[in-house]
Amino acid sequence: MDAAKLSVRDLRKVFGADGSGELVALDGVDFEIAEKEFVTVIGTSGCGKSTLLSIIAGLEEETGGVVVVDGEHVVGPGRDRGVVFQTYTLFPWLTAQKNVEFALQGSSSERADVAREHLELVGLDRFRDSYPSQLSGGMRQRVAIARALSYKPEVLLMDEPFGALDAQTRQLMQELLTKIWEEHRLTVMFVTHDIDEAVFLSDRVLVMTASPGRIKEDLPIGIERPRTFEVFSTPEFFEYKAHLLKSVREESLRSAEAMEALA
Amino acid sequence: MAGAADQAAAGAPRRAPAPARPKRKRKLFQLYSPIQPRTYLIIAILSFAALLGGWWLAAELDLAKDIFLPTPADVWRSAVDAAKDGTLWDDARASFVRITIGFSISTVLALPIGILIGTYRAAEAVIEPSVDFIRYMPAVAFVPLTIVWVGVDEPQKWLIIFIGTFFQQVLLVQDNVKRVPREYVDIGHTLGMKDRTVLRRVVLPAAAPAIWDTLRITLGWAWTWLVVAELVAASDGLGHSIVVAQRFFQTETIFLGIIVIGLLGLIMDQAMKLAGKRLFRWAE
Repeated sequence: MDAAKLSVRDLRKVFGADGSGELVALDGVDFEIAEKEFVTVIGTSGCGKSTLLSIIAGLEEETGGVVVVDGEHVVGPGRDRGVVFQTYTLFPWLTAQKNVEFALQGSSSERADVAREHLELVGLDRFRDSYPSQLSGGMRQRVAIARALSYKPEVLLMDEPFGALDAQTRQLMQELLTKIWEEHRLTVMFVTHDIDEAVFLSDRVLVMTASPGRIKEDLPIGIERPRTFEVFSTPEFFEYKAHLLKSVREESLRSAEAMEALA
Repeated sequence: MAGAADQAAAGAPRRAPAPARPKRKRKLFQLYSPIQPRTYLIIAILSFAALLGGWWLAAELDLAKDIFLPTPADVWRSAVDAAKDGTLWDDARASFVRITIGFSISTVLALPIGILIGTYRAAEAVIEPSVDFIRYMPAVAFVPLTIVWVGVDEPQKWLIIFIGTFFQQVLLVQDNVKRVPREYVDIGHTLGMKDRTVLRRVVLPAAAPAIWDTLRITLGWAWTWLVVAELVAASDGLGHSIVVAQRFFQTETIFLGIIVIGLLGLIMDQAMKLAGKRLFRWAE
């Protein structure tokens, strides 16, 4: 792991640092993601994983530490980092095609071609002219993924993109994302609280501690690729899952205890 | 046919006949329960007819003197007369032109200011306190002042409509813009767009349907201010026709004026509603 694509060094985030009740969300987060690596960050709700992603995206400001993408310090949002959110991912006033084109630059025919190509990639070429309200939740996230891929960012940041989907759709989306990733090899940082999802998708899983957030564990996932849905029922998968369940559960218990202590 | 039935019978365990389904009573009065569109329409028509009928009956039975309560027929006659001699159209046109001008001035100024203070906190700090303050001053109370300022000609009517509409519009548009989900703005920024581009390509289209509704609602209010202005000082317009009629105890003409104002307001409102549906199909 010589040349890290994304490197996060001693990142700190304190909310309400201006005196109105401080909350330390991130306290010395340290990790690297290599080029073309798929890394997932998991943790209990409120551990600061979404805050971490927002800071890397440049949408939120860090209190201390640095984020470096491709050797450049992050000081704000930019096209080198694509983001896929959980909700409100598409503009409802634009068709699927226009939503993807929105992200693109160049002549209008170029943009149309690239958008079409990426909608095809996620299997939605037939729904090019549909508005988001006419698409299912899974389809909308597919369009969002197509958009994020279309302008070829250096790093793809995904913040629980499948969190609002039902279990069946979610699994299909995980398979689709894995397939696309295996063909195109992108650098991805994925945030979720779903352990199955983390194991299935990732090269490495980072476990965060409950608040304040820190990286507690860095677990490489050695499951062979290409991965298909059968992976979900292999002993290997269960081993990783059991290990991560235990690790995350410790944090849930800790944060529950902290809550009780407060009450 | 029979073969298929046999197969099905062989495959599936024999089922007991379903018990008779108890009939569900369809209730007209049940919390939030939907009713047939036809039923709705019939009830609506009956209700409106009852209102007209009650008026007619009250007038025919002379519950009040004619001078207080004319019959619907009287009002209709007065409408026909006013239409024939042209005063109805002249007054309606004068009012329509006034509201169009006054409301347009207000809207053209309120839109950018509302958008600005809905998106930039510093601008909000500059403008919102004063707008909030002035908004609670009744526009009616400004009538004498506007006459001192600009006289009794057309600009005075525009000014009253403006005072009554502008401050409300600013605050409503501000709110419309504030309600745009932050995620949309974030998407624009992560695509490397500058604030101004995000404003134009994300915030405005996202807020457009709500802003349209704001305009529709405030247009309704603007009618009130128009009539207020015309009641006090005007030489034509529907409000003026009401004042003149009052002077001569022509109650049926007062009724006519009020009804025509209501109808014009209703027509404009429906037109905007329809246009909004056309413009923002995606928002369904």
